[in-house]
Amino acid sequence: MKQDAIPKMFLTLGFSSLLLSISFGLTASLQYIFPHFASEQFSFQKTRPLHVFLAVSWIFSSVTGIIYKHITVYAGRPLYSVPMAAVHFVLQLMAILIAVTGFFTGHFSGREYLEFPPWVTIIIIAYWLLFAVNFFATAGRKLADAPVYYWMWCTGVVFFLITILEAQLWQLPFFGGNVVRDITVQWKANGSMVGAWNMLIYGSAMYAMEQITGDKNTGLQRKSFAFYFLGLTNLMFNWGHHTYVVPAHPVVRQVSYIISMTELVLLANIILSWSAGYKKAPVAHYQLAYRFFRIADVWVLLNLVLAIAISVPYINQYTHGTQITVAHAMGATIGINTLLLMGCAAFLFEWKLQAGAKKTIRAGLMCIHISLFFLWISLIGAGIARSAAQQRHDYFALLSEKVLPYLKSFSASGLVLTIGICMVAIPFVALFVRRRGNMPR
Amino acid sequence: MKKLLLISVLGCLYAGYSTWVYTDGTTSAAAMSPAAMEGKELWQRNNCQTCHQLYGLGGYMGPDLTTITTDKYRGPLYAKAMLLNGGAIMPNFHLTEKNAADIVEYLSYVNTTRTLTK
Repeated sequence: MKQDAIPKMFLTLGFSSLLLSISFGLTASLQYIFPHFASEQFSFQKTRPLHVFLAVSWIFSSVTGIIYKHITVYAGRPLYSVPMAAVHFVLQLMAILIAVTGFFTGHFSGREYLEFPPWVTIIIIAYWLLFAVNFFATAGRKLADAPVYYWMWCTGVVFFLITILEAQLWQLPFFGGNVVRDITVQWKANGSMVGAWNMLIYGSAMYAMEQITGDKNTGLQRKSFAFYFLGLTNLMFNWGHHTYVVPAHPVVRQVSYIISMTELVLLANIILSWSAGYKKAPVAHYQLAYRFFRIADVWVLLNLVLAIAISVPYINQYTHGTQITVAHAMGATIGINTLLLMGCAAFLFEWKLQAGAKKTIRAGLMCIHISLFFLWISLIGAGIARSAAQQRHDYFALLSEKVLPYLKSFSASGLVLTIGICMVAIPFVALFVRRRGNMPR
Repeated sequence: MKKLLLISVLGCLYAGYSTWVYTDGTTSAAAMSPAAMEGKELWQRNNCQTCHQLYGLGGYMGPDLTTITTDKYRGPLYAKAMLLNGGAIMPNFHLTEKNAADIVEYLSYVNTTRTLTK
């Protein structure tokens, strides 16, 4: 098997997961309006975990594919072991298929965001270890003198392993037998896992930006490392704003509040400082990647405002447990992570796309951007309506009625978003499954 | 060298903080009975958190159930009736009387741990 096949295989898996995820997400959103829509085949009990799990699969499949390519160019040598990467791919595909089959047949762990049967974690850890060995053996570089994106990749690789293990602690009675500990540790593991994949994605986007601009200095600057360490501090300690209502020790809330106030300001700053560099640079060969990264900048800023707002305890007591939390998650997952990953894919493959495909992708990107904005606003509106109804102690049926107009707008936006994602994903998948052509060097 | 030192310090702080969160940071006076344990397992096996929340964690199709057993409009009997029969939106999971009682017991236990919920 050729080296170049590995990133393509992972990206094909990633984009396929994304297409399925958005389809199940759209179905789930329609079930808020029409509770019995397609419920015989796909009840909400199944569509929501399918949507969430496949979205996470999109992120991990595509980012590992992108890193498999980036690390060889970065190190200036071929991948340490192509067969090992192929085994990784087979195991990852197997884990996805088992989890999806489990959801269809009603086998759940019942854990938020990680609803697959717990033993699937063994497969996930196995393939992640293969990825880690391949990554470190290919890089073969000391950490001390490496640029910031290499530190970010290393952090993401290590912390994903820590957090996937931590997320399984509930199986021990010491954790599972105490709901306060169980929910706190669940948020801790999930929050840091998001931090881990952010490190992998931001590191990959920064590496692409470095290649686009030709600026080799930014990744070695003290300022970049200062932001990296603050980002790492957030990964480690800024998960607690989800647990303000959980009766854990007050210090958990205080630590997370202090740390969370620095969170996305750092990310916005670091990305904008990179983008300031590539604004001046020639981008003729990277028009698509440039567009994706620029629009992701907008979403970093929008989410920055929302994240800071919902981390303030006074505001959090009204927003927690409402659709505002979902708006934050959707804004970050689609507006930032997905657009950066698509930008990285465009960076690698733009030169191989036909003019028509590029045009479709550009139109799809604008479709995603605009529809996501309406979807995001709809969720915030739904969250405000839900919060107000909760304050009035309305019956749940009445609460649902108040929220319904916003959910209709959410579903309509979701439909357009689905079309936009298809317009971007399908040309890439069509390119990857074509037999001829090599990757850029 | 400074960077490696800094990452080592952060790593130690993370390990120490995690240990504290796992122990003293999350102690709870409420103990889970065997029936509540069984209820928790049923809660997870039926993926109840897809629609319902506990302490704000879970989906929004149904209501947050952290305080349902002391809610003046609902209470344990209402919860049990919903579990056994389903509702306009909630499917009937065909639970036995004991299953439903165990889940209500689990929800009662969750409620006893509450101090700050809305």
